[in-house]
Amino acid sequence: MLMNALLLALREIRRNLMRSFLTILGIVIGVAAVITMVTLGNGATRMVAEQISSLGSNLLIMRPGQRLGPGRDEAGAPKFRVADAEAIKSQVSALQAVAPVVGSSVTLVAGNENWSSTVSGTTNAYFITGNWKLAAGRQFSDEDEKVGRAVCVIGNTVRDKLFGHQNPLGAELRIKNFSCEIIGLLASKGQGAMGMDQDDVVVIPLLTAQRRLTGNQDVATLMISMQDGADTSRVMAQIRQLMRERRKLAENDDDNFNLMDTKQIAQALSGTIGTMTALLGAVAAVSLLVGGIGIMNIMLVSVTERTREIGIRLAIGALEHEVLLQFLIEAVALSALGGVVGILLALLTCLGLSALMHMPFMFDPGINLLAFAFSAAIGVVFGYMPARRAASLDPIEALRHE
Amino acid sequence: MNSAPAAPLIEFQGITKTYGQGQAAFQALSGVDLSIQQGEFLAVMGPSGSGKSTAMNILGCLDTPSTGTYLFQGVHVEDLDRNQRALLRRHYLGFVFQGFNLLARTSAQENVELPLLYRGESPAARHQAALDALALVGLSGWEHHTPAELSGGQQQRVAIARAIVTRPLVLLADEPTGNLDSKRSHEIMELLVRLNQEQGITVLMVTHEPDMATYASRIVHFVDGQVASDDAQEARPC
Repeated sequence: MLMNALLLALREIRRNLMRSFLTILGIVIGVAAVITMVTLGNGATRMVAEQISSLGSNLLIMRPGQRLGPGRDEAGAPKFRVADAEAIKSQVSALQAVAPVVGSSVTLVAGNENWSSTVSGTTNAYFITGNWKLAAGRQFSDEDEKVGRAVCVIGNTVRDKLFGHQNPLGAELRIKNFSCEIIGLLASKGQGAMGMDQDDVVVIPLLTAQRRLTGNQDVATLMISMQDGADTSRVMAQIRQLMRERRKLAENDDDNFNLMDTKQIAQALSGTIGTMTALLGAVAAVSLLVGGIGIMNIMLVSVTERTREIGIRLAIGALEHEVLLQFLIEAVALSALGGVVGILLALLTCLGLSALMHMPFMFDPGINLLAFAFSAAIGVVFGYMPARRAASLDPIEALRHE
Repeated sequence: MNSAPAAPLIEFQGITKTYGQGQAAFQALSGVDLSIQQGEFLAVMGPSGSGKSTAMNILGCLDTPSTGTYLFQGVHVEDLDRNQRALLRRHYLGFVFQGFNLLARTSAQENVELPLLYRGESPAARHQAALDALALVGLSGWEHHTPAELSGGQQQRVAIARAIVTRPLVLLADEPTGNLDSKRSHEIMELLVRLNQEQGITVLMVTHEPDMATYASRIVHFVDGQVASDDAQEARPC
């Protein structure tokens, strides 16, 4: 009898392809949206964590303002000076290098080519803290740094965009309104967080950047790398104490700078992405809900529309539970089919987008199961309820139904 | 043919049917006695609201009487529950409706096979029985057409094939020619007579067309929920 009902149900689904298609469309989209959002969010979180941890465990980053991450308050806090970097380097032990950095987005021009990129003004210490190797050429000389010469070291992407495969050393690069000589080429690091290209960078001496780009003596960021095996919390405490003194903060004042190690940065960023994922997940959940309402509608309408058919079946001797079983199987089969197609669509989308955004693909069985169960439950419940009502009608009532 | 004192196939004893309650109550049947022998071709006639359709629905076990006794082959139908009545329909009765009531987008053959599906017959047996039934109503070669591709007369033939595919004892036809033109109507009636005479199927038909009633061997007139006249007649030769 079960086989019979299954046969009847599958026949009906095949016979009404358009209706079946519309019914499962809602499930497909809802399931696919939720799974895609959550899977991509998980991937982004994982990727950021990996990127940050690849910076190494001995890097500290200090910025003005109270905290990193959402709601950062940088406006009122005084910037750093070069003297801060020097003081930290000389007064805190177990440090490898301290690099003061100012950054600026600029358009680069070389010959007929131009390219938008980021210029970092800093010292040779930057190559240590950022773990950069030179592929060719040289670092800044003392002379370059002291007088703020117009020289630069470029990343591999900038080389590719402006010079192709030619050797750029010694060539002129126009940054905004001044020209500088390319003295070094950084070894490629590859893709970074969120598809950001780490090699898309130009490094110039700090003084050059301050004079020609920012026009002041501020330093935006201090990148500090500790010696291997240094006690992170002790070093951070020392730096913090020193900076509080240098910035003349009273006992009760809050820090007006923040110092973070890579683990904290990872946490801060993961928190942000987690919030985003939750938000997108919520939006997707709404679409699943809307999809569910769509299924509900179509199931209700189609079963109501089929009241007459139910009447015919009852009149020719079908038992109530046979008719019900058929409709239940139809609903289960449609919902399950929609769920499976939705999951497949989501996996394909996730695989595609992950590859596109260079993120790891994080399969989350929980969300797959949840989305599937939710949509299937809606389909089954709302396929079954009206069918039960129709099947409990007198056959003549049902037959009379238009 | 009614001369032998055989037990009647169907017997109504004081059947009443009341719809609604209290003030709004409406008595569709008020004490109907009727007995039908195996092999009869009965035409039920009467004006609208005379209770003929209600009587047919009770005869067809689609509805239950309010009071009275309905014996089908000696079984008290009024005591049967919903499922038992469905089983009775499944095994002994075939239905033909005015509006054909075929499943849309479903081939003639699948429509005819439908009752057999509920009887759990094998696919091979179903196919063969459906083809036989369609051949009997003169629709060989139309097996794969859907109702939308068939004329009204052809649809009604498919419906008749569906009704007789289970080899029922009784074929109940509720205004089977109501939606058909006169030529198709006569064709359908001739088919019913043939089934009655050749297959020995008892035919109960509701109609309001006297012309169609002439095919029957017996005419029962309903007026105001009661049997007004009940006459055997010489069936019109086909």
